Order: sequence, then C-alpha cells, then structure tokens
Amino acid sequence: MPELDYRALGLKVGLEIHQQLATREKLFCACPADLGEEEHDEFERRLRPTRSELGDVDVAALFEWRRGRSYLYEAPTMHSCLVEADEEPPHPINRDAVAIALAIALAAGSWIPGEVYVMRKVVIDGSNTSGFQRTAIVALGGEVEAAGKRVPIETIVVEEDASRKMDEEGRRVRYRLDRLGIPLIEIATGPVIETPEEAREVALAIGRLLRLTGRVRRGLGTIRQDLNVSIRGGAKTEIKGVQRLDLIPKAVHYEVLRQVRLLEMRDELKARGVTGEKVFSSQPVDVTGIFKGTRSKVIRRSLGRGGKVLALKLPLFKGLLGRELMPGRRFGTELADYARFWAGVGGLFHSDELPKYGITGDEVEAVYKALGADPGRDAFVLVADEEEKARRALEVVRERAARALEGVPEETRAANPDGTTRFLRPRPGSARMYPETDIPPLEIDESLLRMAEEIKPEPVEAKMKRLIEDYGLSRELAEQVIGDVRLDLIERLIERHHRELPARVIASLFTVTLRGLRGEGVDIEAIPDSVLEELVGMIAKGEVAKEAAEEILKRAAENPGKTARIIAEELGLGRVTREEAERIVEEIIRENMDKVVERGERARGLIMGRAMARLRGRIEGRIVAQIVEEKLREALRG
Amino acid sequence: MGIGGYPEEVSRFLRSHGLDVGDRVRLHLASGLVLEGVVMPRYSPSTRRVLVLKLRNGYNVGVRIGEISNVERLERVAQESPGAPVPLVEEVSVAEDRRVALIGTGGTIASRVDYETGAVKPSLSQEELVLSVPEAFQYARIDVEELYSILSEDMKPGMWARIAEEAARKLESGYDGVVIAHGTDTMGYTAAALSFAFHKGLPGPIALTGAQRSSDRPSSDAAFNLTAAVLVASKAPFAEVTVVMHGETGDSYALAHRGVRVRKMHTSRRDAFQSINALPLAKVYPQDGRIEIVDPSHRPRGGGLELENGFDERVALIKHFPGATGEIIDLLLDRGFHGIVVEGTGFGHIASDAIGAVRRATEMGVPVVVASQTLFGRVNLNVYSNGRRLLEAGAIPVEDMLPETAYAKLSWVLARTRDLGEVRRLMTTNLAGEISWRHNLRLYPRWRHSA
Repeated sequence: MPELDYRALGLKVGLEIHQQLATREKLFCACPADLGEEEHDEFERRLRPTRSELGDVDVAALFEWRRGRSYLYEAPTMHSCLVEADEEPPHPINRDAVAIALAIALAAGSWIPGEVYVMRKVVIDGSNTSGFQRTAIVALGGEVEAAGKRVPIETIVVEEDASRKMDEEGRRVRYRLDRLGIPLIEIATGPVIETPEEAREVALAIGRLLRLTGRVRRGLGTIRQDLNVSIRGGAKTEIKGVQRLDLIPKAVHYEVLRQVRLLEMRDELKARGVTGEKVFSSQPVDVTGIFKGTRSKVIRRSLGRGGKVLALKLPLFKGLLGRELMPGRRFGTELADYARFWAGVGGLFHSDELPKYGITGDEVEAVYKALGADPGRDAFVLVADEEEKARRALEVVRERAARALEGVPEETRAANPDGTTRFLRPRPGSARMYPETDIPPLEIDESLLRMAEEIKPEPVEAKMKRLIEDYGLSRELAEQVIGDVRLDLIERLIERHHRELPARVIASLFTVTLRGLRGEGVDIEAIPDSVLEELVGMIAKGEVAKEAAEEILKRAAENPGKTARIIAEELGLGRVTREEAERIVEEIIRENMDKVVERGERARGLIMGRAMARLRGRIEGRIVAQIVEEKLREALRG
Repeated sequence: MGIGGYPEEVSRFLRSHGLDVGDRVRLHLASGLVLEGVVMPRYSPSTRRVLVLKLRNGYNVGVRIGEISNVERLERVAQESPGAPVPLVEEVSVAEDRRVALIGTGGTIASRVDYETGAVKPSLSQEELVLSVPEAFQYARIDVEELYSILSEDMKPGMWARIAEEAARKLESGYDGVVIAHGTDTMGYTAAALSFAFHKGLPGPIALTGAQRSSDRPSSDAAFNLTAAVLVASKAPFAEVTVVMHGETGDSYALAHRGVRVRKMHTSRRDAFQSINALPLAKVYPQDGRIEIVDPSHRPRGGGLELENGFDERVALIKHFPGATGEIIDLLLDRGFHGIVVEGTGFGHIASDAIGAVRRATEMGVPVVVASQTLFGRVNLNVYSNGRRLLEAGAIPVEDMLPETAYAKLSWVLARTRDLGEVRRLMTTNLAGEISWRHNLRLYPRWRHSA
C-alpha cells in the first residue's frame, strides 16, 4: 500500500458495528432467531416507491420499480411466519433484545430514553418484504476505551436484520426470509478515528465488549462493520458490509486513496480549463453506423437485439478515465458503476481503454470524428444497449463526470473481498424514516433495566482478575480467552468443569488447539458449540484423553452433524486402562525385540513413538512414558 | 388530552416552556447529554411523562420530562412542504376508450405519508391517483368521487343505499364500470347488499376493492388491487357486483369474487378474501391485463339498469353459543327489531329452550333467518329433532348462504316487504347467486395436514 499521511490528510473515520444478538426469538415475531435450510414456500412481490420519499435519493427505487424489478421470496417453514411475509403486523418488540442493547448502553455509560420508538427506514431493494427496515434507538452517547483513547458512542440501535439474498436473475432477485427479523445491535461511534489501524482496533474493542455480554451470535455474517470515511476537502463515504476485521484498515486506506486521487483529478480538470458548462454541452450521439461490422462481441450482441451504440464526448478528459483510483478501479470503472445503477445498462467502454475488446483503432478514430472530438485531448464513453437505456446511461455519465469538478461525491459504497470498494448507491437522507405505528412505544421500566444489569458485561479487568485468581490462568491465557469469539462458551465450561479439569486445559483447547487447527486451514467455525461442550465433558470425566481433542475437532469441522462421542468412537479413541496400555506396550516391545536387543536403552524413543501412535488420545502421554520406561527395563533385564 | 395528544403533565411542561408540537428544540438533560430535535405529537395515548422528540437522524426517542434540566427553543424551521409530487411514471398513458368511475368510501388507496409525524394523509383526488397508481389508467380513464371517508366498521345499511344510488348514476351516465374503494372489514357486507339492490339489472361491473396493507407502505397491495378492479370494471365480460382483491400472497393475480359469496377469512393476509361455497368469478392479472373466467355462469355486460334500492336498518345478526337462551331474541323483539339472522351451530341449530323465542318472533311477524356458523355447507333443519322444531316454530333456513349475506339480504328484503310469507319466499329464492343447489367435492378448501 502506498504511504499516506492520514493525519495530515485529516482522515476521520466513524464505525457502525452491526452484530446479531443471541435471542431465542426474532425481534418482531416468535420465529427462532436462526437460519434454516428446511423446505420453503415461495411467493413473488414487487415494491413501489411510496410517494413522499421520492426525493433525490429514492429516484433509485423509482427506476427499479419502472424497470419492473420483482422479488422472489423463499419462506422457510420453520424460520419465517406471516410477519416476515409481510402478511401480519409485527408483534411488540422483543424485550430480551432490547435488554441486551441496554446492557451495552449501561457498560458504555450511555443515556437511556424513557421510551423506545420503533421507526420504519425505507429500503426498497426487496431485502425487507415490507419495504422498510424496523429500527429503534435504545441509547445515545457514552464511550468505550479503544486504541488508547476514549471513543464516543453516538447511538445504540436495535433493528431487524434483512433477508438473505440468494441470487439475482435478470429483473428478479431471490431472497430467503430466515434472516429477516433476527435482532441486530448497531453501535455507531463518533468520527474520531484517525488511522486505518485505529479503525480496526476500535472495531475489535467493540466486538469484544459485545461478546462479553455472552449474548451475541457468532460465525460468518453475524457481525458486519460499516465505515464512514472522509478526508479534509473530500466527502463522507459510507462503506457497507465489511465482514472481516483485517479488511477494515485496507478499506479505509483505499478510500483515502480514492478521495485523494479524486481531489487531484478535480484540480487537474480545473487546470485543463474544464467547466461544468463544457461537460453539459456535450450530447449523446448515435454512432451505431460505425459499428455495423464490428468484431466486438458485446456490441454485436446488443445490435443483434435491436440496440444502438451511443457515444458521449467528455471534453478535455483524455487520460483521466483510465486513471486508477484504487487498485484495479479506474475513474472509468466509477462511471460504469453509475451507468449500471441509474440506467441499468450492462457496462460501458471508454476511450482510455480503447482500442481493445474487439473495438479497433479505426472505429475509435471514427467515433472521435463523429463526436467532433480531439483524440489528443478529449475522451469519450460508449454504451451499446436499448436506445433509451443507453441515452440515460450517458446522461448519468455526463452528470458524474461534471461532479468530478467538485471532487468527491457523497456515496454509499460496498466493500469488495480485497478491501477495495464499489459504488452502491447515493447516500440516503435522514428523511426516509417515519414511525412504525403498528408497534406501541416501549417504556424502559425497572424490569427491563434489571434484565440489562444482569447481562451487562463485566469490565475486562474484573473478568481478567477472576480468570487469573479464581481459575489459575496465566495473564497471557486469560487475555486470549477474553479475546476469543467463544468467550461465553469457554467461561461456561470452566465454571462447569474446573474442579475435574484445570481451567488452563479447557482454555488451551480453544486458544491453542482450535487456533492451531485454524492455522492448518480447518474451518473451526463449522464446529458446533455442542461438540465442544461434549468433548470437554468427556475429557473431564476421563472418557477421552485431552490429546485426542485435536483429531476429534478436526473431524467435527468436516462433519458438523456428528457428536463428539460418535467421532471419538469412529476414531477408536476410546479410553484404555493402564493394564491395557501395558499390554500394548509389551506387544510393541515383543514385535521389536531385535531392535531392543541391538540398541538397549536407546530403543526407548522408537518404542515410545510406536506406542504413542496407538495410544495417543486414549491415555495420557505421561503414563505411556512411564510404562515404556518400566517395560523396556524389564525386557532388557529379562 | 392537552397539546399533541400528551397527558396534562407533559402539556403543562410544554406550555411552561412556550413550546408546541413541531418546534425545534435543544434539550439539556441532567446527565449532561444535549438532544436536538423536533417536538412530536404522541400517536399512542399514554399517561407517561415522556416527551417525544424526533432527532436529526430521523429517529424518535421518548425523553422523561423529569430529566430535562434546560430547554432552548430554536428557530422554527419552515415546514418543508412535500414539494411537487413526483410521478411514478414519466408519462401516463390513459385508455381513453373506456371510462370507469371510482367511488371512495374510506380506506387509503392513494395516500402520502408525512415523514415528520408518520401520519398518513389519505387522498383520493384525481391528481393523486394519476401520480400514485398510474398503471390503473392503462385500462380506462378514471373519474374519482369521494362519497364517504369512513372506517370500515362504521359502515351502515343506510350508506349502502347511497353507494348504490351513486353507482347507478355513474352507470346510467355511460361509465363502463364502477370501482368502489372500501375498508376491508365490512366490504363483503356492502358487496352483498349491492348485489341484491342491482340483481334485476346491471349494465356493467361494480368492483369493490381495498387494501390489507395501507398505501403508505412500499409493500402495499392497494395499487395492485385497484388496478385489478379497474381492469375488471372496464373490461370484464360480466356485469356483476364483485370484490376484487389479491388471489394469493404474492403479486401474481387478483380474484374477482361474486359479491354474495365473498368473505374476509383472515385478519391480515392480502388474500384474506375468498369465495365460500362457490368459485370466484375470475382470475385477474393486473400486470398484463388478462381476465381468466373461472365461473362462466355470470350475467353478461350490456343489459339494462334496474336498481331496487333501500335497506332496513333494524335487522340483527346474532350467533348461537353454548348457554345462549331465547333471551337475546326476546330482547331484540322487545326493542322492535324487524328481522333477525341467527348463525346456528352446525346444520343451523339453536338450543332447545331458545326455540320458544323463535316462535314468539314468528307470531309477532318478525322473520328469524337461519344460517350456519360453519360457513361451509348447507343448513338443514330436517336431520335432528331440534331442527324440525325450529322449522315448525317458523325459522327460515337459507341453504348455503353466508350469514353476512343473509343479513344484507334480509335488510334489503325487509325494505321491500314485511309480509312473512313474502319474506320467506324471497329469502329462499336465489336472486343474485347467493344460493346454489350443488356443491361438488372441490368447493371445500384443502387444509394442510402436515407441517
């Protein structure tokens, strides 16, 4: 990554951490708050923009509607009901979910209102069957300690998760309703973060605070971070859906880079004498004739369907469309994203990347000529599609190109897996929110606050002290336990088994064994809590040796449906008695008598190795060593 | 109630700070937190000492007034007008060759939501309709008239007569059909009532429609149903009074139900309306303008208009329940009711000791009409002895007629005649498709018997 002086650039980052809460039921109905792969019913709907939110923002929704976008919903029979299907009004808000959020509020010292109001936030991408997301502020203000500073909390919100997008085919998007309505907490920090690494640390600290309640869900997709990034002179960009912590610094860095480059571009455009007037005076021109015999497959396909090729001159933009804003993403890519979003075209070609893609130098020259453009100074954009769509696409391109004169437009962007981002939609205004009148306001009463007090996370230091003093963990191990995603499970198991099994052993199973497996590429997230619980129980009872854990867990990750006991049996990892172990060692010595005679005491390593191969996980290694020592001596004496 | 629906204590607080709903304020709380926002009205009545504030991020929160240590009233921002409404389509193409009259009685087919308060402003003006449901105009030019703006449950038989009169006037003046926007709770009753009023002559369809999801929501079914109703009113081959609503949970097709056969069978689903003891008239596809006839035995378009209007408002619809005696019937007789519809159990039974009250009604010349609580199937008072005694006491069993339809019909019949014999004859004669003599096995819905 190129070096950037973030502080000098005036970088400001705020985080919005979304985390699914571990409640029994969903936020507004009695369905289990869990995903389900069972059979489902299907229905297809459309959403229409409601009239008053047709401001500049939801023109996007309007286009979607005009284009006849429809949504196909899968309604799993066990994980969705009439509420998710938008066929029954929501039930009153889940008090348990509110209590978990209040617990965080108490820990952060936030202000808690007298009444919580559920609002409707209009979202017309089909992910909510109702056309809005139900969301409520549960607390305001407060702060958390992170990255060596006090990070202010702006809002703590409880809201419903959206449907799962399964796929998209033409004008139809398929969603699954199991996720819709799972309670989420959203914690928004103030924009006080000044470096990409600090953003990661703050996200980590908030994630840990959430896990300390023991009431959040785990696994991929249960936590999502949104980043609000701006630099001085730039604009606030909202980056949606960063799922992995280590992606946060990259996403911030690339966004800073993008804004810096856009600002440079603005200055260069001004220096070249480009004005909005000049850009807007440019009109789409029909250049279909030039491409009658083209070798470009994309254009040929479009012409075959009765489409047109339209071109737009971007005066004095030569070279700028090909300029890289982030790795692999050029200004031309941004223009294409806008055209796709606003006009629904498949994509576009721009002069900085041509000739290529089957478009020849002659064709490029002809387009320049048709546009009356100067190949040395001007750029152009080509769109091949239905004439109306192509025209709209070029109008959008012209508009975005003109906005380049102002620098950075306010946008919502989506994170790519490599940390770069793509245009998602313009930033919504706050006006898209109105009260959910089907749900009465919830009074925050004593009983809710008592529930919250019980869930309220213990301060990290107190927890650390308890793990060290009461359970004898080393400081390092205690720290690892607190940072572990399965903290709640580890604590529960230590509490349950610490009398039979040292807490240190239980903790290491997670912090050493599991992490080691992850390092080997084992999907440890696939291992169900129930397997870990059962396994620790079996070790505590002496039914399997702790050395067997690694192998059992590896197998469990591949077979999430199997219990620990079944896996142990399949692996032949049943516990052996000392007598059985002695017999096995004796057998090994007998089989290797020649080597024992030959090497004497030095054959210990060989015998030990063979013995462990048969006994690992079935009896403690220390006992095997004792037996080998004993039996070897006996054999040599004999 | 004081200011903005607040209880007295909160109102007093507002007054003492010179505040009103809609004011922008900065509240300093005891905790040190400062909140800025707009004072909102309360939409749910409560005695809580809480002030509702809309924050700048759009969220509402309730602030305990006891926590507020200082109030700053900020400049009142000019109420942002909703601005010129943006049309859903750039150009509305209107089918000028067909004309449909839309009569509003209530409910929210077209409305706008005020994002500040969340209040839904129902509006059934011509302009609003063009802007918010433009696709309905592809089937006809629509002229809107708002007759009532009432809640479904406030509908009365007297209003049925006004609606019938208005619909007749529209058809007379050359409209191809009439659409009636109606609250869904009692839409079935109105549909049945109109069916009897027009049973002798109706030149074009009268399509009642409404919404199970209010039209302020992106997922509202209002536009779909309205478009389907306009399609029926303008193009359906039948001249029937019909209810046009969603046919299934998805936005695929609507159903046109015969007005005397339709019943709201679910509190909230889009496809709550179903035909009972009958098939719907047609499947209606509002997105591609198709009407698929299901029941071909309908009255064709183009006949004459003959309205027999007027309804008796002194008719009761009651239900037998375990423990019910003749007391309720006696009470109604004493209060001078003109007719009673009883939803009997099963085949149409009421308790043995209530039969005397039926006899008394008959002697007083007050018809007692019997339908069944089971909704599906036909009443039959010949199977058990109590039934036979009920018949002998003068009860009028009405075959497979819905109780609500029997109620509307009795109300209509009693406005024509009070002669018991004539009432009996009319009630047991099929006038508008409310009685049928054949049920095949398919007329009963198939309920699911596995998860």
